[in-house]
Amino acid sequence: MNMFLETLIGGLLAGTMYSLVAIGFVLIYKASGVFNYAQGSLLLFGALTFVTLTDQGVPALGAIAVTIALLIVTAIAIEKLLLRPLTNRSPMTLFMATLGLSYVVEGVAQGIMGSQVRALNLGIDDLPIFLGDIMISQFDLIAAGVALAIVVVLSLLFNRTRIGIQLRGVADDTRAALSLGIDINRIWQIVWAVAGLVGLVAGLLWGARQGVQFSLSLVVLKALPVLIIGGFTSIPGAIVGGLIVGAGESLAETYIGPYLGGGITPWFAYVLALVFLFIRPAGLFGERQIERV
Amino acid sequence: MTTSAGPALEVRNVSLSFKGVKAISDLSFQVERREICALIGPNGAGKSSLLNILNGVYIPDSGEIVFEGEHFRRMQPLEAARRGIGRGFQNNALFSGMSVLDNVIAGLSRKSRVTLVEEAFRLPRALSQEKAFRARALDVLKLFDLEKHAETVVGTLPYGVQKKVEIARAIVAKPRLLLLDEPLAGMNAAEKQEIAAVIARLNRELDLTVVLIEHDIGIVLKLAHHVVVLDYGRKLADGPPETIRDNPDVIAAYLGAQHAEAAA
Repeated sequence: MNMFLETLIGGLLAGTMYSLVAIGFVLIYKASGVFNYAQGSLLLFGALTFVTLTDQGVPALGAIAVTIALLIVTAIAIEKLLLRPLTNRSPMTLFMATLGLSYVVEGVAQGIMGSQVRALNLGIDDLPIFLGDIMISQFDLIAAGVALAIVVVLSLLFNRTRIGIQLRGVADDTRAALSLGIDINRIWQIVWAVAGLVGLVAGLLWGARQGVQFSLSLVVLKALPVLIIGGFTSIPGAIVGGLIVGAGESLAETYIGPYLGGGITPWFAYVLALVFLFIRPAGLFGERQIERV
Repeated sequence: MTTSAGPALEVRNVSLSFKGVKAISDLSFQVERREICALIGPNGAGKSSLLNILNGVYIPDSGEIVFEGEHFRRMQPLEAARRGIGRGFQNNALFSGMSVLDNVIAGLSRKSRVTLVEEAFRLPRALSQEKAFRARALDVLKLFDLEKHAETVVGTLPYGVQKKVEIARAIVAKPRLLLLDEPLAGMNAAEKQEIAAVIARLNRELDLTVVLIEHDIGIVLKLAHHVVVLDYGRKLADGPPETIRDNPDVIAAYLGAQHAEAAA
């Protein structure tokens, strides 16, 4: 029983890291209907910038400030140079544009800052702590706390401020938002910047785990099943999806893995996602598309 | 305010086509200040397309729009909103997941005078603006007898109430010109009367110029000061309701043969 609980809790905590990555996608998808393939590259870009700056001796706080500023400038540039000229194009066009963007961001970032693996130390000891007999990773616990804090901040932003009202308005009905004088381009800049910041946090946490390198950008592939399960338009969905994927992977590795020769973590999330596609195509919290006929 | 004389709106030789199909051909008419102007005509006559040109959603192939003395080859949607052109949509375009109050507050977007940074960090100016917006939105809800629904999620309300919310959202920022696309469609007789009375009152009390599309001829003839009849993208007739009612072309094209017989 303890082993089961330990596996489950470890999985759930790890799942919050998936949620963090997925939230970045949800924000942009909700506001603009774009599946932003470049989210992983932006995540890598943020983490890489931070590591490079601290390696140069810049204090952590200064490095964070510079990285945030850079991400905001990047978001504005993406909106002006990529999204605005492609307004009203098909979702596939926009998806391809973000696919291209991801290679540009990765290429430029690694060209300037190097492609070797960098260690990132956030000053969090990864010592296990014990809850009764159950061993929990302290790092995972803190990461989960950070994810929770981000969700709280985002929900306050969306529900308690006028920016939030405008954001939800744009997500709900673009032409009505325009007719009220809501500046959609501005909203997109904000959303991309916020998604970049969420990506930075995810990038730092993942980077501290596995080192900052190219493969960090591949966490997008982890976010995909999370989005299919939780729904592309829901932040609570991203959380729950992340938890399901995290717990599912962890339990499957422990209990099913031995029969299949182990190593099922990389693909198990996709099996879960496929099951959800069969039974609930819009995801747990996604908006079901109802077409008028 | 900008110019005291001249019409509120002039449409000059506007044409619009979609992939070679003419939606509007060389259309011209004027809307006087503080006038309710009704656009009528069969489906596909180009009425909604015209509203979309007026608030910048469509770009006309040729012609121009003159709004309060200023000439535009094309309107930008944001520009239209900032200059005070409000808009209601066919079948409503409310933010259905949000409360009635938030919908109306969203209508005040063009009035915002605080910067993003002030908003993000909730600095004093942002907070006082937020308070003022909320108060203004509640005032408008009162005007529409909607204050009891302020916190209700708008998607859960009946269609007629939603329509009132949409009009409230469109006028909360005190537009100078209000465009309404079939505001009475899908309503029962009592609801139609209520919305028509609301439109008439806004026009009277707020000096609001209104351009609306409506199919209910009975109500149009009572509500509007000026009627423009469109057919296949061309202007068929243009004048006060009385002359429109008796115009033989209009009777033939739009009011239908029975009316023609009855009139004969």
